Amino acid sequence: MKSFLRRHQLPLILLLAAPLTFLLPRYGIINPYLELVLKYIGINIILPVSLNLINGYMGEFSVGHAGFMAIGAYGASVITKELLPRAGAEYLFPIALLGGGLAAGVAGLAIAFPSFRTRGDYLAIVTLAFNMIVKSGLENTPAVGGPQGYMGMDKLTTLPWVYLTVIVCIYLARNVIYSRYGRGVLAIREDETAAGLVGVNTRQVKMLIFIFSAFLAGLAGGLFAHEVQFINPKSFTILKSTEMLVMVYLGGVSSLGGSILGATVFTVVLEALRPLLSWLHISPEWRLAVAPAFLIILMLTRPRGIMGNREFRFLVPADERPPRRPPDTAAAEEEVAS
Amino acid sequence: MTLLSASGLTHYFTGLRAVSNFNLDLRSGELVALIGPNGAGKTTVFNLITGVYRPSEGSLTFDGHSLVGRPTHQTVNLGLARTFQNIRLFKSLTALDNLRIAQYADGAYSLVASTFHLPSFKRSEAQVRTRSLELLDAFGLADYAWAEAGSLPYGQQRRLEIARALATGPRLLLLDEPAAGMNPAEAHDLMNLILFIRREYKLTILLIEHQMQVVMGAAERILVLDFGETIAEGTPAEIQANRRVIEAYLGEEAD
Repeated sequence: MKSFLRRHQLPLILLLAAPLTFLLPRYGIINPYLELVLKYIGINIILPVSLNLINGYMGEFSVGHAGFMAIGAYGASVITKELLPRAGAEYLFPIALLGGGLAAGVAGLAIAFPSFRTRGDYLAIVTLAFNMIVKSGLENTPAVGGPQGYMGMDKLTTLPWVYLTVIVCIYLARNVIYSRYGRGVLAIREDETAAGLVGVNTRQVKMLIFIFSAFLAGLAGGLFAHEVQFINPKSFTILKSTEMLVMVYLGGVSSLGGSILGATVFTVVLEALRPLLSWLHISPEWRLAVAPAFLIILMLTRPRGIMGNREFRFLVPADERPPRRPPDTAAAEEEVAS
Repeated sequence: MTLLSASGLTHYFTGLRAVSNFNLDLRSGELVALIGPNGAGKTTVFNLITGVYRPSEGSLTFDGHSLVGRPTHQTVNLGLARTFQNIRLFKSLTALDNLRIAQYADGAYSLVASTFHLPSFKRSEAQVRTRSLELLDAFGLADYAWAEAGSLPYGQQRRLEIARALATGPRLLLLDEPAAGMNPAEAHDLMNLILFIRREYKLTILLIEHQMQVVMGAAERILVLDFGETIAEGTPAEIQANRRVIEAYLGEEAD
């Protein structure tokens, strides 16, 4: 019994915490504003987890992930508004999220297919263009409101759903990272030619991971849309993509723990700026400048981020953790070394 | 039986003819050495065989399959594996991961199976891990399983790279200067290791090497390249007696 508890510590803690996400807002223990911030943190965690797969683990560079988020947001919104019954929508919500994610995944395939045909720095350019195409495409699609935006979604993004989605996303990403696909992208980052020469189907690996990354960004988009209940193409510009980059590089590349921390710190700082700017009588518009400025300062001062290439032990599957050396052998080795 | 056959293999680098009319019939089980001065085109031949470059002219077949135009991972899946002149391990990854990556094609599970840790994932991962640990053990690298490959001592990195090539399950092993940077004693140990794995894994080996005592001691047949041309071919004894080879390659030492 005791070893069972120890072995499944993390899932048990997460399970026990789950009811809190429902009870705390319900009984007013946390106020609606705090609940909102928590939801934003959750949505924002998914984004760098998604982008880190590409910019961190794979070592490529995507600057257009807001495009996938947009497709997920619009896709999920169309599903909840047009396809799902209004009654019981709060329970059918995952279907809409999944639909939005899959739509983003298909878009990811469309981007990955031409981008990874050849080697090189095409991905940054292609994703940049993609981000702009998605925005313009949505602005010119009257069915989803064009430039006015799309509205009328129910507020389906509750704290429990955010909590569940975030955990599922991190779990899936972790599993992929510690699989042949995850090791494949790491090999590609290290030495793409050598990866091919030890049998890694580099193009296949890159495409699959890119689609998976787009899928996760799409899920985040669906959550976002059903929180704000009003989305418009301007929400998903290159600025949004820049915010994702900030969260990835602030937290640290190739680290899930880093993405969680990066998203949390970034979201809290941005929220803290609201009262601070108004107290200083500075226009709130300046918040938009924060993300790019953040990125520049970060690259200059701490390019590895908080957790660069390191990982929290609890985010590593048990059999992938390097065995801890017994202290006596470590000490003995040190003696030999000196 | 001919395992690898190259005929009329020619490759140009923007005007420069790096390899010219290269012919080779490698029989199953042979150990053949490719020697020649620096820049003679030896590594280019390896790059052509493994699909890093596409030959400008000529044909290449491995066990009846044409290799021309095949992406590198497919040549590996057919049974070719290689090491590199300047070690190209995945340096910041563990030794274990280096070997597991080389078994990518053996992973019998989809991306979806990996996301949910389905039984196919677990079974295949367990197999790949067992095989990796066995190989590390066989190469005396078991203690380094969780160490970053780049942190290993030089000689061990060479061994790990050979182990990684073997992890792909090859029939033909291409070794590009495996003894480079080793002293004669280390080179001798390495040669014994190569002869051992050749027997153990029933390999055919094509070897590029500069250290003559390694080449002369192990190879059954030697091809000599100079400026992209094959200037001699024969047994070690024949090559040692060949005047053109001495001029092109051993000449300086003979003086």
